[in-house]
Amino acid sequence: MNRIWSTLKDLRNYPSAIIGLVIVLALIAISIYTLIALPYDEAIRLWRGSEADWYNVPKLASPAWFNLFTAHDQPETIIVNSQDEGVDKTVTVKEETTEISIPLTFDYPYEGFPQEITVYFNVQYEEKAPYISVRWFTPTGEELRVGTVSVEGSYMPYRVSQDSKLQRRLGDEPPEIGLLADPNSEEPVALPGTYTMQVSAVAFEPGSDVDAELILYGQVHGLAGTDHRRRDLMIALLWGTPIALSFGLLAAVFTTLITLAISGIGTWFGGWVDEIIQRVTEINMVLPFLPILIMVGTFYNRSLWLMLTVVVLLSIFTGAIKTYRAMFIQVRESAYVEAAQAYGASNSRLIFNYLIPRLIPMVIPALVVGIPGFVFLEAALAVLGLGDPVLPTWGKIINEARSNGALYQGLYYWVLEPSVLLIVTGLSFSLLGFSLDRIFNPRLRGL
Amino acid sequence: MMSESQQLLRVRDLKLYFRTSMGPVQAVDGVDLDLDYTQAMVILGESGCGKTSLAKAILRLLPRNVDSYTGEVYLDGTELMGMDDEEFRHNVRWAQMSLVPQAAMNALNPVLKVGDQVAEPMMVHAGVKKATALLQARDMFRRVGVPVDFMSRYAFELSGGMRQRVAIAMSLVTAPSLIVLDEPTSALDVLTQANIFNVLKRLKQELEVSFILITHDIATSSELADRVAVMYAGQIVEVSDASRFFEEPLHPYSKMLMASVPRLRATQEPEFITGQPPSLLNPPMGCRFADRCPSRFDKCSEEPPTAGQHRVQVKCWLYE
Amino acid sequence: MSAIINENVGEEKLPAMETTPDTSKNGALLSIRDLRVWFELRKWGFGHAGYVRAVDGVSFDLGFGEAIGVVGESGCGKTTLMKTILGLYQPTKGDVIFDGTNLAELVPRQMRAYRSNVGYVQQDPYGALPPFMNVQRILEEPMIVNGVKSKEARDQRLRTVMSEVKMTPIDDFVSKFPHMLSGGQQQRVVIARSMMLEPKLIVADEPVSMLDASVRVEILRLLRGLQTSHNLAVIYITHDLSTVRYFSERIFVMYAARIVEKAPVDDLLRNPLHPYTHALLAATSDPDYRNALTFKEVPPGEPPSLIDPPPGCRFHPRCPHFMEGLCDVKEPPEFEPEPKHLAACWLLR
Repeated sequence: MNRIWSTLKDLRNYPSAIIGLVIVLALIAISIYTLIALPYDEAIRLWRGSEADWYNVPKLASPAWFNLFTAHDQPETIIVNSQDEGVDKTVTVKEETTEISIPLTFDYPYEGFPQEITVYFNVQYEEKAPYISVRWFTPTGEELRVGTVSVEGSYMPYRVSQDSKLQRRLGDEPPEIGLLADPNSEEPVALPGTYTMQVSAVAFEPGSDVDAELILYGQVHGLAGTDHRRRDLMIALLWGTPIALSFGLLAAVFTTLITLAISGIGTWFGGWVDEIIQRVTEINMVLPFLPILIMVGTFYNRSLWLMLTVVVLLSIFTGAIKTYRAMFIQVRESAYVEAAQAYGASNSRLIFNYLIPRLIPMVIPALVVGIPGFVFLEAALAVLGLGDPVLPTWGKIINEARSNGALYQGLYYWVLEPSVLLIVTGLSFSLLGFSLDRIFNPRLRGL
Repeated sequence: MMSESQQLLRVRDLKLYFRTSMGPVQAVDGVDLDLDYTQAMVILGESGCGKTSLAKAILRLLPRNVDSYTGEVYLDGTELMGMDDEEFRHNVRWAQMSLVPQAAMNALNPVLKVGDQVAEPMMVHAGVKKATALLQARDMFRRVGVPVDFMSRYAFELSGGMRQRVAIAMSLVTAPSLIVLDEPTSALDVLTQANIFNVLKRLKQELEVSFILITHDIATSSELADRVAVMYAGQIVEVSDASRFFEEPLHPYSKMLMASVPRLRATQEPEFITGQPPSLLNPPMGCRFADRCPSRFDKCSEEPPTAGQHRVQVKCWLYE
Repeated sequence: MSAIINENVGEEKLPAMETTPDTSKNGALLSIRDLRVWFELRKWGFGHAGYVRAVDGVSFDLGFGEAIGVVGESGCGKTTLMKTILGLYQPTKGDVIFDGTNLAELVPRQMRAYRSNVGYVQQDPYGALPPFMNVQRILEEPMIVNGVKSKEARDQRLRTVMSEVKMTPIDDFVSKFPHMLSGGQQQRVVIARSMMLEPKLIVADEPVSMLDASVRVEILRLLRGLQTSHNLAVIYITHDLSTVRYFSERIFVMYAARIVEKAPVDDLLRNPLHPYTHALLAATSDPDYRNALTFKEVPPGEPPSLIDPPPGCRFHPRCPHFMEGLCDVKEPPEFEPEPKHLAACWLLR
């Protein structure tokens, strides 16, 4: 405990280490928050991207804070539901028919145009569908006939933006622009103000009902934007953090521990045990690492845990074994080891309780610096298409961004957000690890 | 007698402080020394008293974290502290005075033949060609008693005693007038030790070279000593002739040191000294030995005693 | 305890050891009979290139509670002898009989029990202690390894021994790490560790040579005190003749893998029989200014190689009393010109 405390105090001398440590702690905090606020099952379900979860989210929307950089305020999504409190839905029952009036009123304070406009109708009827017509009121008092909705089924979207008749009526402007444009302005900006979409329905059966949900899909959404399947990227960014950290940490820790153990056993027993380990190591060092992983992923399955296991197995028998061996050989001759043999310590006790602890100060910086390596490895696998099929990870985002042409379309946020997180993670561990190295290693000159 | 006629070495108020994260360590704190030609002085002290730092201070082999390095050092009449490093390196170090460092036998270059290593200082300082230097090296090998055909061997092929003799040869080859030896025999067996001291005695006679021998081994130091200086906590607390010192040391610390030496040929049991030397970071106000001294009185903790300039110098209030 | 300045150098003799050494073969704690420990030299990992005969024909008896000093220069085999007694090396030939049991007959599990009977005090106190364990753990390890499961029992024993080696206040020391202790304190921990399993024999390899002069005496006194109070046998290995006389009753002198002289301390110092012993004594200095005025007589040459020792008496190439035809042909047996004073030299025939 004292060692840890004194190490932390030494770290204070290195500003880079403090930055690194702060970032690492922040990442850990994010992971913990994510695990609590967005439980695993929930996250997987959301990431599957079913229509029900994401229907009201714009596609490929930039993050909301982009508005700080654009000339005109881009809109966020506006949703008005007939069942909202502020909506004054009136149902008038007449002799043969029922008249339903739903004024969907909203404020539109933006200068930019929405991505698309869709109205979701929830219609209840037995045989004869109600007759629904939609009108549009602008802030200046203009009234536009939007169209008639033909009802098919009980739940159906009316995609205003794709209504070509409406488009023609608006002078060949796409409806989402035409309905909101400022007529007096030269450049295409929207007219801010209060708009109303008036839904008027005539129902022919008693008990029929019509509900409508108007969605003006924004150009921006949330803190991180959305992808091609309307999924909020925050989910993957948040969930990617614990996955990346745990993969990196587990891989680094297991690799290091097992390498230490095997190296120690080989060096202690010497003879053919040592020879075999060294030869196996040399063969393994020559094998191509990434292609093997790709093969495993292609021929078996791409589950993260399988990948982790294979990564650890391939990483054990590498150069580190030889480095540790050199140090073990030195430490093996120490007087205290001989003393322990004299009072009867067993071989395993000697290796694990007497030799390995001498190496731990040397090993810790290497471990910390190795974590980002494994994090990048996991991301690289995902980018290559070999990521875990189910889990939302940073590499996954980059992969999907690439295959959906993000950079061609100028959707830089999609690629940059996970990349920045990867870089920051790598940087923080490296800063921390290098400083730890500088602290631990001078003391080890007496090894 | 402190005449102004030439002495080989005169050191006055030499100070060497190191800078550490906890403050300056006063490793050498105002040392005065006088050494004549063809004289051997022994500096006795236990670990941590600053004796190795003293050797380094005299030879200006300083580490990077020096806090202060002051005083006067006169070698053969020339003041050394004012010299710049390059001149010191070229003209003084290893030309007029050299060093056999601690564990020198382990510091021999493993990839060079030992003959070449002994020849190297000649080539660097006197600028002679290799052939000449090797001749001189041969002479040194003979003087230290290592067979000449060993010159073409490597360090690991030699025993510890031979390696130490090679290190001594290396320090001699440029014919300096002063050689500082830091614990020259501490890791060696008793027969080898006796051999080395025989070599040193002979060298002193034949080459008229002076020695400063730094050691904690009081018994073997008597093999070479003409003068004895005792170092404690960065200061010299007693200087006197060997004949006087080994019979009757004056300073309480010297007395306790002598009492702690086990003797082969006498029957009294050795005594140990309780306590620890003071920290060199924060030395005490008065006499540094006061808290362990059985003869202390009030003045000892208040004022540091001065030594005076006599043949026998003792830093102790008992002898004011 | 304050140190005494030697104002009056009286003829103080050592306090007599209370136990009389029991060296009859039946009652000896340790019997070594013609012990040989050879290490094989391999060429290129396979070929056989001879043996390093580190111990080549050593025999002696050690009684319960007896302290002996083994003196010799580096390379004489004393370290190998000591490690064989500790059970770290196997004898190549010959017998090591401890308290009636021959070590060669023990199976590995029994060897562990044997090891708890012999304590080991090493030369370098800092190297002998694991730097990452504090004093508590260091001292508990021998007990844990030997199956003392109860924490209270270990703690109790630990505290008993620590107060015996005068590491008090105990609670101050138990949590310290080796680098926080002085050389003398470290060596006390090493000694305490060697005592943990209540051994009958302690093997001390140059226990004070890396300590300051002022501390040496303290540690040696401590060892001697433990020896008398626990009736411990001690084998004290050193190359420093000046100290060995204070802390052992008999001295063995080793040269080139053999013991050349065995005698009670005073007899050896008063009347060294073997020329090598003589040379060692002559080369050991006492602090005396007259030493600087004379050269010492040192036998020429170096100790012989242990791979290919010279025939006959191994000291003959360096011996001033070399007798041709005898010393270089036949190995001398042990002669006993005085009671209990044995030396292997043809001069005594």
